[in-house]
Amino acid sequence: MASSKPRIIIVGGGLAGLAGAIKIAESGLDVDLFSMVPVKRSHSVCAQGGINACNKVARQQGYSEWMHFDETVYGGDFLNHQPPVYDMANMAPKIIDLLDRMGVPFNRTSEGERDLRLFGGSLFKRTHFAGATTGQQLMYALDEQARRWEVQGKVTKYEFWEFLWPVVDEQGACRGIIAQDMRTMQIRAFRGDAVIMATGGNGLIFGKSTNSVICTGGAAARCYQAGAWLGNPEFIQVHPTAIPGEDKCRLMSESARGEGGRVWVPRKKGDTRPPGQIPEAERWYFLEEKYPKYGNLVPRDIATREIFFACRDGLGIGGGRMVYLDCTHLPDATKHKLAGIFEIYEKFTGDDPCHVAMKIFPAVHYTMGGLYTSFEPKPDFKGMVPGHPKNMMTNVPGLYAFGEVNYQYHGGNRLGANALLSCIFDGLFCGPSAVQYVQDQKSPAADLPESLYQKFAQQEETKARKLIESNGTFNPYTLHRQLGDVMTDYCTVVREENGLRTAAEHVDRLRDQFRALKLSDTGMWTNQSLSFTRALGDMLVYAQAILAGASLRKESRGAHYRSDFTERNDAQFLKTTVAKYDKAKDRPVIEFEAVPTPLIQPRARTYGKVDA
Amino acid sequence: MTAPANTKNIRFKIKRQDGPGKASYWQTFDVPYKPNLNVISCLQYIAEHPVTVAGEKSTPVVWDCNCLEEVCGACTMVINGKVRQSCSALLDELLKETPGGMVTLEPMTKFPVVRDLWVDRSRMFNALKTIQAWVPIDGTHDLGEGPKESAENQDVRYSLSRCMTCGCCLEACPQFLLGNQFIGAQAISQARYFNLHGTGKVLADQRLDAMMGPGGITDCGNAQNCVKVCPKEIPLTESIAAIGRQATVHAVKRFFNGPPRK
Repeated sequence: MASSKPRIIIVGGGLAGLAGAIKIAESGLDVDLFSMVPVKRSHSVCAQGGINACNKVARQQGYSEWMHFDETVYGGDFLNHQPPVYDMANMAPKIIDLLDRMGVPFNRTSEGERDLRLFGGSLFKRTHFAGATTGQQLMYALDEQARRWEVQGKVTKYEFWEFLWPVVDEQGACRGIIAQDMRTMQIRAFRGDAVIMATGGNGLIFGKSTNSVICTGGAAARCYQAGAWLGNPEFIQVHPTAIPGEDKCRLMSESARGEGGRVWVPRKKGDTRPPGQIPEAERWYFLEEKYPKYGNLVPRDIATREIFFACRDGLGIGGGRMVYLDCTHLPDATKHKLAGIFEIYEKFTGDDPCHVAMKIFPAVHYTMGGLYTSFEPKPDFKGMVPGHPKNMMTNVPGLYAFGEVNYQYHGGNRLGANALLSCIFDGLFCGPSAVQYVQDQKSPAADLPESLYQKFAQQEETKARKLIESNGTFNPYTLHRQLGDVMTDYCTVVREENGLRTAAEHVDRLRDQFRALKLSDTGMWTNQSLSFTRALGDMLVYAQAILAGASLRKESRGAHYRSDFTERNDAQFLKTTVAKYDKAKDRPVIEFEAVPTPLIQPRARTYGKVDA
Repeated sequence: MTAPANTKNIRFKIKRQDGPGKASYWQTFDVPYKPNLNVISCLQYIAEHPVTVAGEKSTPVVWDCNCLEEVCGACTMVINGKVRQSCSALLDELLKETPGGMVTLEPMTKFPVVRDLWVDRSRMFNALKTIQAWVPIDGTHDLGEGPKESAENQDVRYSLSRCMTCGCCLEACPQFLLGNQFIGAQAISQARYFNLHGTGKVLADQRLDAMMGPGGITDCGNAQNCVKVCPKEIPLTESIAAIGRQATVHAVKRFFNGPPRK
């Protein structure tokens, strides 16, 4: 029967979703691909710096896949699961080759080889790049291959469709989704024999971040409320170098430092001279001074804290919350490689970074935590069993998480240029796991009763109607601004118990106010306010899990820095934070689960800090 | 709620349309001035305070956007009569263009309106199917590196590959019209991009066949508006010239060798 041919649903068309779609289509299954934007406009396009992999040159200088693996785990402060990271590092060179064959315009050396640049957390040049818009270039290559499958009928795109809820059957397995057409506002059910969430991060919870406007974490929060667990929700990366803006903070890539850019502040507090007139001796290159080995290329959590503390101590530019990122001294050929990001800086600030030092400040950037997933390790823990259905499946059978929404690879802090890699790796390596799961199923989703799907579609109709009809006083856009402010103030670079409690109380209050909303658009055609408001409700739920995890993790590890518990505490917290949603209490329940360290033992994480 | 009286306001005149086929109308909103605003942050302000200058309650203006840093291509609209990205349209610059202090926002005219400033650009994505805008790789298995490439060739390809399907070039083009067939500068430049790749050029003949068909490159009127409005400074007229030359050679070959054997 044609209708019982198995199908896999992928939610999200960034690098992870597209890589998965391509791999699954190639294996012969049909894919339904859902995205809130035309997939080519997904947030992955914003990645700038590059993608890491051991390569011919670095290998001859002493680098290896094992070192890439070790850097990733050390960078993540040992909270990463080691077998998947081991596989990711080992597959990385092959992923670069594949992208190269797909036509990604990687920068070239004079001999025509792929060029390389230095990146944070490594002493070797192991980052491949296409100008300073690598994410965009990788996205386009995968978008093109997915379009090829679309033309052949193996991939069906549902663009401008928003995921609302996973359909979970009586046995607790995921059998499809409910989605809404963002133009016609039609809500309907889609059957799927497996569902892969590839919905990215949750930067919008912090108001202004480097993320795109669709990165609300709403999709993950909906799965969480439907019974999927979150892993390490409190681990949020704050990128050291961004341009603060009215509508968002724009990323200034780590590649600026990888190519030789230097971070500094005037030694004299409140110095008002233009940067070019401050002599060398009166500049404090604090990262280079404190971390002579890695210099400006310490991992992001460390660079962010150092910048934050310098400003807190009154050393920011003009006493404010900015430091210099200086590229004015770089040779022209190097500046050319950074043209893509320099152009953005100049467009938005009016200053040309080739001639004037950039002014930057940290901004929320990446979600290390996400949906909790598991995997099947090999007996020696060197990698996962390829194609095993458990790989990157959540605790809900049939529901997978790939890419940034998967908590698996980056532990307490992600290294620069590892995100593109982990997204593509998930799609290519774990796509076959979803295929295997589907092939093992005895009853196809196509044969399930319509009533199961109607029940969930009805639930979402009711929720949407309730929001539209809500006749309170609170404005959803104002509530979102307040959520962003409170999360940024108390739950980013520096956290401590009292602040976290204040934030939690504030978020509880916002949830009460959310129940007394008034939408200014109550129409049923292309109602963007409805979509935004629904996501706001889910952001508030997600924020509670972030705050609960941050409060209970009484240690400092990676991006999670507690001023009241400044040391890492392996005995108590070398553990995954697992957040489970308690439906009756409408609250997160936090549990901790030990992280095995079969291949690399935890060690002090100092990056050669002087006097550490 | 309107803005406090003591702040300077920027006035926005916005062309609205409730849905496809509906009549359009104008609404005017005030947004309090702050330094470093862009059009997006003003639309966000209006979403939070959807009240017109006349004090009439309205709805948030609908527009398409995502990355807000000019790399996704979503937020194209006609601002003060010129097509551009609304994220990188800075108010301090726009106010210099309009001494009266009024900023007008309109949807692009070459694509069907979905609602307000949001238009349907699926025609651009369909064009990428027509020209087979991909490298026909054998599959995702490990088959080693791609073709070697000179730094010069990469430089040209990279400049073309930054096309974000935003539609500025098509809005500015006098030949590309709502409802006609012309494929436009975006797809022509993408055809050049793929014909420049070692493996991508395997499909060059098919791409050139598409370029010589109805709505193909001969419909270009050489107005050169496209290259002037491209936010990524893609050398679109060079691409049109390059594909024009390739098509001529291709036509001569077809003349002597006959149609392709399948």
